[in-house]
Amino acid sequence: MKVLVAVKRVIDYNVKVRVKPDNTGVDLANVKMAMNPFCEIAVEEAVRLKEKGVASEIVVVSIGPKASQEQIRTALALGADRGIHIETDEEVQSLEAAKLLKAVVEKEEPKLVILGKQSIDSDNNQTGQMLAALTGMGQGTFASEVVVDGDKVKVTREVDGGLMTVALNLPAVVTTDLRLNEPRYASLPNIMKAKKKPLDSMSPADLGVEIAPRLTTLKVEAPAARQAGIKVADVAELVDKLKNEAKVI
Amino acid sequence: MSILVIAEHDNSSLKQATLNVVAAAKAIGGDIDVLVAGENVGAVAEAAAKAEGVNKVLVADNAAYGHFLAENLSELVAEVGKGYSHILTSAGTTGKDIMPRVAALLDVAQVSDIIRVESEDTFVRPIYAGNAIATVKASDSIKVVTVRPTAFDPVAAEGGSASIEQLDIVKDAGLSSFVGEEKAQSDRPDLASAGIVISGGRGMQNGDNFKMLEQVADVLGAAVGASRAAVDAGFVPNDMQVGQTGKIVAPQLYVAVGISGAIQHLAGMSDSKVIVAINKDEEAPIFQVADYGLVADLFEAIPEFEQELDKVCS
Ligand SMILES: Cc1cc2nc3c(=O)[nH]c(=O)nc-3n(C[C@H](O)[C@H](O)[C@H](O)COP(=O)(O)OP(=O)(O)OC[C@H]3O[C@@H](n4cnc5c(N)ncnc54)[C@H](O)[C@@H]3O)c2cc1C
Ligand SMILES: Nc1ncnc2c1ncn2[C@@H]1O[C@H](COP(=O)(O)O)[C@@H](O)[C@H]1O
Repeated sequence: MKVLVAVKRVIDYNVKVRVKPDNTGVDLANVKMAMNPFCEIAVEEAVRLKEKGVASEIVVVSIGPKASQEQIRTALALGADRGIHIETDEEVQSLEAAKLLKAVVEKEEPKLVILGKQSIDSDNNQTGQMLAALTGMGQGTFASEVVVDGDKVKVTREVDGGLMTVALNLPAVVTTDLRLNEPRYASLPNIMKAKKKPLDSMSPADLGVEIAPRLTTLKVEAPAARQAGIKVADVAELVDKLKNEAKVI
Repeated sequence: MSILVIAEHDNSSLKQATLNVVAAAKAIGGDIDVLVAGENVGAVAEAAAKAEGVNKVLVADNAAYGHFLAENLSELVAEVGKGYSHILTSAGTTGKDIMPRVAALLDVAQVSDIIRVESEDTFVRPIYAGNAIATVKASDSIKVVTVRPTAFDPVAAEGGSASIEQLDIVKDAGLSSFVGEEKAQSDRPDLASAGIVISGGRGMQNGDNFKMLEQVADVLGAAVGASRAAVDAGFVPNDMQVGQTGKIVAPQLYVAVGISGAIQHLAGMSDSKVIVAINKDEEAPIFQVADYGLVADLFEAIPEFEQELDKVCS
């Protein structure tokens, strides 16, 4: 079965984010970019399905500027077979990303589509669910276990109260949570091999999707900083401060 | 303006988060209706009808909604919600699962996890794990929004007298089915709404040692949370994770024990009123956000903390 994986290029999760002085956004000039951590988990899951003989081909797709091809190459080095780059320099919001991915799904007809649960830049947590709605597929969001079983996939989901397992008809959409797996690192020979794997590039217009953002960011500010606190000498002082100064116990 | 709030509940009781979402709806202004969808939800509907500021409670009671499957619920919410200017619910895992699907069915954008209402179409929300705060304006005719409950003081649970109306809309998409669940059982307060939270990190070393925190929690009437590292290491279950990708908490008192203070963890707790950090590394970043920092070995400090608290709390 064919598996489609969507990967997004985002700021590296270790980078300290700085808001631009003019409050138009965060400073992305010369900062390290990387694959969204949840997307790495999505790629890893697809590769494991292939290693188990469940998946036959892994197609990885990314929407974004030219440089997003780096993340596609990373996915190819990790074991994906083929890449699709939808190139645009415009801001792509979740609904548009879902519409673009829907167009790819219609062309590629995968049995399983795996996305991250959340981009660590927008913190949206929307695209997988929107794609599932637009394609009329079932969705297994925040997955911590994925088991393909005949024409169904069983997904264990991390929910507020604990874990919940659902069975979905295939084709289906799965979004990954952190504990689904631990992504591997790409080996040097695989990074070299990935350079020769096929990578198609196209524009949103080629897919018949117009980029028309519905949300406008009016401003971006730094969060209010907390007042620096004090160090207490011992437990007795701590309890005293909590009781008599902060009055929270 | 007319606002549809999707109630969060477990089929037997209304979650307090719904009252926070109604508060967000009040900040937008207009008539507020609450949709209670589930199975055998009579008691939930009655509780929702008593909430302050609610105009009408709509009830969709059917087995198809019993497990809150997104495929079924989203079709219901999209159909009921298309007559409203706003559809709101809390940014818990159920809301996050359903609302983007509702938005896509209605062909509108979704605004996630708002912490403030600026006007009927403009909302404030954290991005980049709370390292930046964005003000966004939504241009669609229906605004589909998830609300961070801790950012809005709840409306009163009693005093309202909304009418209750049964809906006869059954949506079974036939795409998914419920297989099973493992619910964490705990007599302690709910992590997301507790007044005091004590969380442990990798420094706890193993799951057994979390008993030390549970004992402190019992003295304080607190909930117990954890860092991702502690969850990943298998010390405690996933529903205890606090952070960017776990639960967001904002209690009166948050005690971080053996937690370094990674930005992803801070994203989930830095709105707490008072933060205490207990860590043996005086350079740990958690001390930069802590009101009271104690540099100590937790295995000595925690038993002592429990004893001292026992004296002042009893
Ligand atoms: C995409 C993404 C999302 C994430 N989401 C989250 C999230 O939602 N929540 C979250 O928490 N993390 C999240 N993380 C992980 C985060 O980056 C950190 O790895 C994690 O928070 C570290 O947990 P910790 O502080 O328990 O462990 P560590 O960083 O290992 O810190 C352990 C601390 O314990 C102290 N210690 C050790 N022994 C003792 C002792 N005996 N006495 C006192 N102190 C002691 C040490 O000094 C140290 O400061 C996420 C990461 C990624 C990439
Ligand atoms: N521009 C994009 N290109 C490829 N995949 C994307 C893009 N935006 C979102 N996604 C996918 O959708 C997931 C959730 O994103 P979001 O809804 O933005 O939080 C990501 O982890 C990706 O798998």
